[in-house]
Formats: sequence, C-alpha cells, structure tokens
Amino acid sequence: MSNEWPLWEVFVRGQHGLAHRHVGSLHAPDAELALNNARDVYTRRNEGVSLWVVKSTDITASAPGDKEPLFEPSNAKVYRHPSFFDIPDEVGHM
Amino acid sequence: MYAQMVKSTGEGVKSLEEMEPQERAFQERINADVKIEPKEWMPEGYRKTLIRQISQHAHSEIVGQLPEGNWITRAPTLERKMILLAKVQDEAGHGLYLYCAAETLGVSRDEMTEQLLSGKAKYSSIFNYPTLTWADIGAIGWLVDGAAIMNQVPLQRCSFGPYSRAMIRICKEESFHQRQGYDIMMKLVKGTPEQKEMAQDALNRWWWPSLMMFGPSDTDSVHSAQSMAWGIKQNSNDELRQKFVDQTVPQAEYLGLNVPDPDLKWNDERKSYDFGEVDWNEFYEVLKGNGPCNAERMAARRKAWDDGAWFREGLMAHARKKETRKMAAE
Repeated sequence: MSNEWPLWEVFVRGQHGLAHRHVGSLHAPDAELALNNARDVYTRRNEGVSLWVVKSTDITASAPGDKEPLFEPSNAKVYRHPSFFDIPDEVGHM
Repeated sequence: MYAQMVKSTGEGVKSLEEMEPQERAFQERINADVKIEPKEWMPEGYRKTLIRQISQHAHSEIVGQLPEGNWITRAPTLERKMILLAKVQDEAGHGLYLYCAAETLGVSRDEMTEQLLSGKAKYSSIFNYPTLTWADIGAIGWLVDGAAIMNQVPLQRCSFGPYSRAMIRICKEESFHQRQGYDIMMKLVKGTPEQKEMAQDALNRWWWPSLMMFGPSDTDSVHSAQSMAWGIKQNSNDELRQKFVDQTVPQAEYLGLNVPDPDLKWNDERKSYDFGEVDWNEFYEVLKGNGPCNAERMAARRKAWDDGAWFREGLMAHARKKETRKMAAE
C-alpha cells in the first residue's frame, strides 16, 4: 500500500496566447507518465495545446484562514482602481 | 443516481441557533451559495458524507465500464467499436476526476480502492445487470446515462468546490453517451423485426433498474434532509425519477417501443406521467450483493487490482531509481 503513486496537479493551456489553467489532479509514478496520463484524463476533446504537471507536494498554498491578513491591505487601496478618480467628460477618453 | 442511499450523520438538521459559531458561519456560507474549498473548516459529518457520496459515485463510473466493456470486441461495426471505446474511456476519466475530488477531503486513493474491493463501499445497483445483446449498449446509453445526467446536472451546483467542478466536466461529456445510446436504438428499431424485438427486449430489462438508480423515496429521510441543508443534494429522489420518466416516455414513443409498465399513464392534471411502483425488494437485494452480476463485477475489479500490482510497483521502483540517479549526478 505504500506504493501508491504520488499525486500531480495538472495545468492545461487551452489555446495559444492563454495562460495555463489548473484543471485537476492525477496519480502517476513519475513526471513523464504524469504527462501521458494528463493527456488521456484531461484532454480527450482537444481541450489543450500544452500541458504542465507539478507534484502536488511541491505546491505551497496560502491558508484559507490567512485570507484577511493577505488580501485586506489591497482591499483598502481603492485608489489603485482607475474608477477612483473623477475625470471631467470634456477631457475625453483617458 | 450513481450514488444511492448515501448516509449522513443521521442526527437530523440543526438550526442556525443550535450551532457553534464556526459551524454557523459555515452553514451561512452554504446558504449564501458560497463554495466550500478543501482546506477550509467543515463539520466532520459534511466531510464524511461527501467522501461517501463522491467515492460511491467514482466507484460507479469505474465498475460501470464492465457491462459495456463486454461489447467492445463484439460491436457490429468498426465505427461503433471506436465510439464505444471512447465512451468507456470517458467513464474511466469520470471515475478519475471524482476520485481526485474525494482525495481533497483527506482520503487516499488506495483507501477508496480497498473499500470498493472489500465490499465496504457501494456502487450503483444498475451495474449488476448483464449486457446480453448489442441492444443493451443502446439501452444503457439512452436510459442509464440519461438517468445519470438527470442526477448529475443539479450536482454541478453542489456546495463543495472540487465535486461541483468535476460534475461540470462530466456533464459536458455525458451527453455524447446518451446520444450514442439513442442512436443505436434508432438504428435497431428501423432494422429487421428481429432487431426491433432486440431493442424492445433491452428496454424491458433496463427500464425498471434505471428507475431504481434514483434510489428509494427519500421524502422522510434524515440523511437526505441533512444533505440538502449542506447543499450536497438539490432534489429529492422522487422528483428526479419523475423528471426522468416524463423525459423518457416520449423518446420511447418516438422509437415505437413500449415502456414495460401497465400503470404508465399521462396525468393531464399534473402534466406528468403516473407510473407503477418500483420493485424495491429487488433493489435492496441487488444492493446487498444478490444481483445477477454482483459477484462477477467484484471479481473483475479484484482481479484487475491484483494483476496490476506488479506493474504499479515496478513503475514506482523505476521512478525511485531514476530519482536517486539524478540526485547522485547533481
């Protein structure tokens, strides 16, 4: 039972010009087979032009409980959004 | 339904006032339609119920390959064979999406496999019936996948993110399955009288087991009430069964086939079909392991697991060796 294949996270680039997007995970003994399996499991209908696989244990994730301290500082800086500033119509498109 | 009779805590639904603050916050998020993600706090009962349901669903996809696999080498044309292969491959894929969704809840793949092989975890009763003729492949796609879609569409809105996302992927692919089944049925009913008879015979055998897929009436079930409060389940079993009958009867009429239910009758008041009582005795017997193919299905899964052990271990040993060599070279 200790021989369970490790878990890999799968990322697919849907079309040229788009970023890779996480689609799910799978088990495989090594990276090469993880890529082969990812093709069969996640791109049976032409869903992608490129695949990434990353060992799940190599991903560091933020903790759900840290949501406030992590994102609150950016929430407070509304002036980072262009809509914060009123520009008179006469100025035209900006 | 691919997950029948999933038990939850059995304790009945708590009101918001009865909950501790953490649980209350959790329930309020569900009520507000906010998805729950794997690493967030959740009640143990929610976690356990989901593991039971998702793994049962995954096992059903995997065992569900067996009745259809039976016909891959016997498909009537090369095209049908290729289509059936693609369909069975999809079922394997669906099983894998679902196992991964369950694993995010802290259960390992091997644990789930063990539970299936030991008989502790269930899979849908429908896959314990034999596929005797090619028409059964048509009937399975049309009826069994049709019933599965009926059940899976609302599950796309499930409160647990990974399950919901797996269901969205699955639903996208599932409609091919139902259409290929109906296409087989259409071809058969337009064929020779013997071929049409074959289609009728398949409908006769698959109709009732398909209605059983939705599980027994759960109007009064505490498990169902809890699953609904947690946003795991959206509709009652009877609701979905009724929808399935209403959708399927006109499709059978189009084929010129008779639904094998003497009590089936359009009810103009309800704008729905009335239909006969399912033989729940049969359902419970199949669930207990006494269906026509239970032993065969389990034997096939155990054999696949045992025969594949050397392969799984060999690939793992090879991967470790490669890793060690790479480290040594660096």
